[in-house]
Amino acid sequence: MNLTLHVWRQAQGTSGGEFVRYAVNDVNPDMSFLEMLDVLNVRLIEEGKDPVAFDHDCREGICGTCGFMINGHAHGPTARTTVCQLHMRHYDDGDELWIEPWRATAFPVIRDLIVDREALDRIVAAGGYISVRTGAAPDANAILVPKENADLAFDAAACIQCGACVAACPNASAMLFTAAYVSHLNLLPQGQPERDRRTQHMVAQMDDEHFGHCTNHGACENACPKGISLDFIAMLNRDLMRARRRRQGALVD
Amino acid sequence: MTPAGAAREPVSLYSTSIGKKIAMALAGLVLFGYLILHLIGNLKAFFGEEKFNEYSEFLRAVGAPVFGRSELLWIVRIILLAALIVHVVAFVQLWSKSRAARRIGYRRFDPEVFSRASRTMKWGGIAILLFVVYHILHLTTGDVHPQFIAHSPYHNLVTGMRDPLASSIYVIGMIAVGLHLYHGLWSVFQTMGWNNKRYKRLRRPFAMIVALAITLGFLSVPFAVWTGIVG
Amino acid sequence: MRQPPDRPRSDGAEFTEAGGHPIAPAEAGAEITPTPQSPGSGRTRNGGFALDARVPPGPIAEKWDNHRFAMKLVNPANRRKYTVIVVGTGLAGGAAAATLGELGYRVKSFCYQDSPRRAHSIAAQGGINAAKNYQNDGDSIQRLFYDTVKGGDFRSREANVYRLAQLSVNIIDQAVAQGVPFAREYSGLLDNRSFGGAQVARTFYARGQTGQQLLLGCYQALERQIDAGTVDMYSRHEMLDLVLVDGRARGILVRDMVTGELERHMGDAVVLATGGYATVFFLSTNAKGVNVTASYRAYRRGAGFANPCFTQIHPTCIPPSGHYQSKLTLMSESLRNDGRIWVPKKPDESRAANQIPESERDYYLERLYPSFGNLTPRDIASRRAKEMVDGVQGVGPLKNGVYLDFKHAIERLGQEVISERYGNLFEMYEKITGEDPYRVPMRIYPAPHYTMGGLWVDYNLMSTIPGLFVAGEANFSDHGANRLGASALMQGLADGYFIIPSTVGDYLAQVGADPGLSLEHESFLESEAAVARRTSRLLAVKGERAADTFWRELGTLMWDECGMARSEAGLRRALERIPQLREEFWRNVRVPGSAATLNQSLEIAGRVADFMEFAELLCWDALERDESAGAHYRVEHTTEEGEAKRDDSRFQHVAVWEHAEEAKPIRHREELVFDYVKPSARSYK
Ligand SMILES: Cc1cc2nc3c(=O)[nH]c(=O)nc-3n(C[C@H](O)[C@H](O)[C@H](O)COP(=O)(O)OP(=O)(O)OC[C@H]3O[C@@H](n4cnc5c(N)ncnc54)[C@H](O)[C@@H]3O)c2cc1C
Ligand code: HEM
Ligand code: HEM
Ligand code: SF4
Ligand code: F3S
Ligand code: FES
Repeated sequence: MNLTLHVWRQAQGTSGGEFVRYAVNDVNPDMSFLEMLDVLNVRLIEEGKDPVAFDHDCREGICGTCGFMINGHAHGPTARTTVCQLHMRHYDDGDELWIEPWRATAFPVIRDLIVDREALDRIVAAGGYISVRTGAAPDANAILVPKENADLAFDAAACIQCGACVAACPNASAMLFTAAYVSHLNLLPQGQPERDRRTQHMVAQMDDEHFGHCTNHGACENACPKGISLDFIAMLNRDLMRARRRRQGALVD
Repeated sequence: MTPAGAAREPVSLYSTSIGKKIAMALAGLVLFGYLILHLIGNLKAFFGEEKFNEYSEFLRAVGAPVFGRSELLWIVRIILLAALIVHVVAFVQLWSKSRAARRIGYRRFDPEVFSRASRTMKWGGIAILLFVVYHILHLTTGDVHPQFIAHSPYHNLVTGMRDPLASSIYVIGMIAVGLHLYHGLWSVFQTMGWNNKRYKRLRRPFAMIVALAITLGFLSVPFAVWTGIVG
Repeated sequence: MRQPPDRPRSDGAEFTEAGGHPIAPAEAGAEITPTPQSPGSGRTRNGGFALDARVPPGPIAEKWDNHRFAMKLVNPANRRKYTVIVVGTGLAGGAAAATLGELGYRVKSFCYQDSPRRAHSIAAQGGINAAKNYQNDGDSIQRLFYDTVKGGDFRSREANVYRLAQLSVNIIDQAVAQGVPFAREYSGLLDNRSFGGAQVARTFYARGQTGQQLLLGCYQALERQIDAGTVDMYSRHEMLDLVLVDGRARGILVRDMVTGELERHMGDAVVLATGGYATVFFLSTNAKGVNVTASYRAYRRGAGFANPCFTQIHPTCIPPSGHYQSKLTLMSESLRNDGRIWVPKKPDESRAANQIPESERDYYLERLYPSFGNLTPRDIASRRAKEMVDGVQGVGPLKNGVYLDFKHAIERLGQEVISERYGNLFEMYEKITGEDPYRVPMRIYPAPHYTMGGLWVDYNLMSTIPGLFVAGEANFSDHGANRLGASALMQGLADGYFIIPSTVGDYLAQVGADPGLSLEHESFLESEAAVARRTSRLLAVKGERAADTFWRELGTLMWDECGMARSEAGLRRALERIPQLREEFWRNVRVPGSAATLNQSLEIAGRVADFMEFAELLCWDALERDESAGAHYRVEHTTEEGEAKRDDSRFQHVAVWEHAEEAKPIRHREELVFDYVKPSARSYK
């Protein structure tokens, strides 16, 4: 099949950018989207032009490196799929595709489709951990975790930090990401001692990073390749209130 | 390199984006509570002029002898105004934050939001605000009501609704309120973290039914006026 | 054209001696072989190439304890005075950096991804082994030790493996305390499963994402230290050289991949945890960015490279669908528990799978190995699949796979059970191939997966260069000639959390702080100049082919001649072809853009340039290891049953290669002694 791509090209973060049109022919339906771009890139290089820069690594939907917008959808049109796992059989001959980087003030463009997502790392650094000195841990089975909690914590921990939730959110909010990280740890008994501190610090950092706020649009959940649930946002809201309540006096609740 | 983070304890709940949202939700709930009372009051119109005016009078007399005439009404009005201010101020603050969060927009953007209603909140809310201003000038103070007679709310209502321009403003206003509540009532559960596993599934139908009931309830009055059931 | 000093061997000419090179391995001394210093090699170290494994004395179970007692300690107040450079943020590097930071050292951590949490460890699916014996099924440290040594086909160092088994227990404690959501039973206790044919259930797992969950634990610990200011994080930085001062590893040269700037970083010790090199085959289950550059650059600076030919092939991957294929996706080995592997009996079969009657199917594993059937070990299953495809019995549009069929399992157990067991894998398979494995048999084929070889390290995980430590998949590891499933994660974390932090401390206490060194030292300047020269050379070629196409060509060659089955003739062909390809690369590669911006073509070209040299080393090692051992299968050395045949009398040693400028690398040996597990032949008939 033959496709027309409109790809956002931007040489550097500081320079301006524009859409450039490319015709790609003989696209095999079994190719992945990134392989289609690989083929385009080899052609561009051999024509002496700059290839399209895009982030990727594992190409199996787990590292969270890849991601861009295709026709207004984060990670393309299929549910629970990263662009590296998106295959060309979802497109038809003659399709026109607009390919854009994640757009958010917190994610400045570095080049073409590559953006800087360190803001997400900084949210984690603000409290997304359980402080345990190496070697100081008790026997693993000394901490019992109800299976339901362990499973729910896992659901949250499935986040691959790709940033698609921010990209898809009409407010460019990082709530789903932050909620996933907070909930993963807040749900576990090991996470209780630092629970309030973690919640408040991570939320404060999220606000400092110029993300938008959440108006419960739900677009993030639909774009999320790992199906992270909006329930975690509700949980985060509740945990923040809880943290405030406890700080304001009540020692236990 | 990731720079080391500064001290991050938020100063107050309201200083966080989530806190503002919670304030907004609580204020929204107060406004919602008022809407229900208001709807019940409006429905009195079906029982005729006397009952309706009696009710209007009741609003002013209620609270006696602890409160003087209209005192309780004023307290309610102040609470309402405060709720509206909180709701709107928080909204404006959050809105400006979100605008700054995506300065360069997409060429193509097709977010798969939950319900279209979620994307009408901003303009819908502003429409409600304008509607309320109009509505007060229309039925409470009478400034924009050509046939306004003070202390005759039933008359004002009926004549007001017969005016095509005024009644279409009401219809538009009610649709805005309906959409706003459809998303808002679902959203409030999410914002307040009320997502009990058992009842979670019911949040969306609940919001739908309540929003619909309120919209239709309010609209029933002008509809009754047009069809002659009332008036 | 004048060749820059850092220029690799430009063609095969220097290797003509290879034709008459004795295959016998005994050219270097058994223990210590002093090697001539080659001028301009950047090495200033005296005393030659010491392969002292520094295994502590005493009974094997007490070695690590004794050793820790014998170690020198750094006073906590003084730790701040030492800087440790840790390259890599996978399980090994992430754990090491976080722990060293927590101990109070100043740590600089590097990775090429945009976030430390994306290191390739993230992709591990199956699980992590530990001798917890939580299932009370007879597991013990001793048994895990035994299984690992035997699984590695007696090509690993006993003392290291024993320590690994001991530490496995602490890893699970550590991970659980960090909040890693391992699978649990309804009692709230941890669940285990048996993995890769192990007879005990010792594998801890987190759905199909064990690597991601363990790495998150490391990453979070690392971020905590970054926030505390003990670790400086440099993401999107690629290490391009190791800097030696007075024979000690004292720094690295990195390229900021966003600005293109070359940076010099100085430390009192350097830890490499940069992962494996399976991408030398181009198509592999590894991430696209996986590279040999960091290890290879250290090798060129004098670190010994051990057993590069020990590369593992995974039998159940989705076969390539076309010439554009960029990587291969692993399908969990657990599928073989219920799936049956077969090929059509008729060569060049053109009918669809479901139209081939039972009588015309060859369930070859069941036929050849009646007792193990479809569950034969990785290497055997892989080789048999290759034989089938080579014998034109391959299936699929490109005839490059074998069937893994669930029809009988579905009939027997029902679709529901199968979907409960493998639902997410089936979904992934369908996503990639567009075929529904509930109705059509899956197609699978082996793919390069893991590399047991790596930089040689002693018991302290220090390489032949003092101050250069190597952890995780990057070192030659504890897995000998073959790694057992679910043991790589265990090794990475044992290295990172427990071994490196102690042994690096010991080293620092011995050498003391040296605040006098400056980034203007000639070694740093020389290194930077060399890297800059190399980069501008890559840009200056301005040929006609993208670096990617060279990588693919090299990988195909390696896969064909040095992949699952290796022969002397094939290896010699490869050794002849690689230098030609390398020569063409340096003549005809095209790297657009400049070095002063983010430039992915330049990154790839640099990595491919190193693969072009390293591939040759790998082939030399494969050629000179004239035996079959574990995953290294030489067709000349098979038992009557067609299985790998070790030659313990000649090859019970680690082959350690030393770089030689403009000459064939030198092969040294570390003899292996087995005091606790007696070498035996394995049999799966
Ligand atoms: C698909 C798959 C499934 C697997 N499943 C399992 C399993 O179930 N159980 C198991 O035990 N093992 C499994 N393995 C193996 C295991 O995941 C790896 O061996 C292990 O995670 C390696 O960890 P590491 O820390 O050594 O290196 P990695 O995690 O590979 O990390 C390498 C680090 O080095 C950095 N780096 C590399 N080169 C440079 C450079 N030049 N400059 C700067 N930084 C650099 C990278 O950025 C990265 O941070 C699997 C492997 C694969 C591919
Ligand atoms: C009768 C009047 C009103 C009622 C009953 C009401 C009710 C609500 C409720 C219940 C919510 C959901 C809050 C949440 O999700 O937490 C909400 C949200 C919202 N309201 Fe109102 N509101 C009213 C008036 C207004 C007005 C006048 C404006 C605007 C100027 C406005 C703008 C918004 C916006 C933008 C939201 C979505 C913001 C968000 O979800 O974060 N509303 N409203
Ligand atoms: C068809 C719909 C509506 C009708 C027929 C209606 C009717 C009226 C009438 C008759 C009054 C005057 C009562 C009196 O002064 O005694 C009134 C007051 C008011 N209405 Fe409505 N209303 C409608 C919808 C709404 C809505 C949707 C809102 C809010 C969003 C609203 C907010 C108010 C307010 C704030 C007052 C002033 C109350 C006061 O005196 O403090 N109304 N309405
Ligand atoms: S929540 Fe989902 S979309 Fe957001 S970063 Fe995590 S995986 Fe990506
Ligand atoms: S789309 Fe945005 S508004 Fe909230 S629910 Fe998701 S973050
Ligand atoms: S490249 Fe790793 S998730 Fe897409």
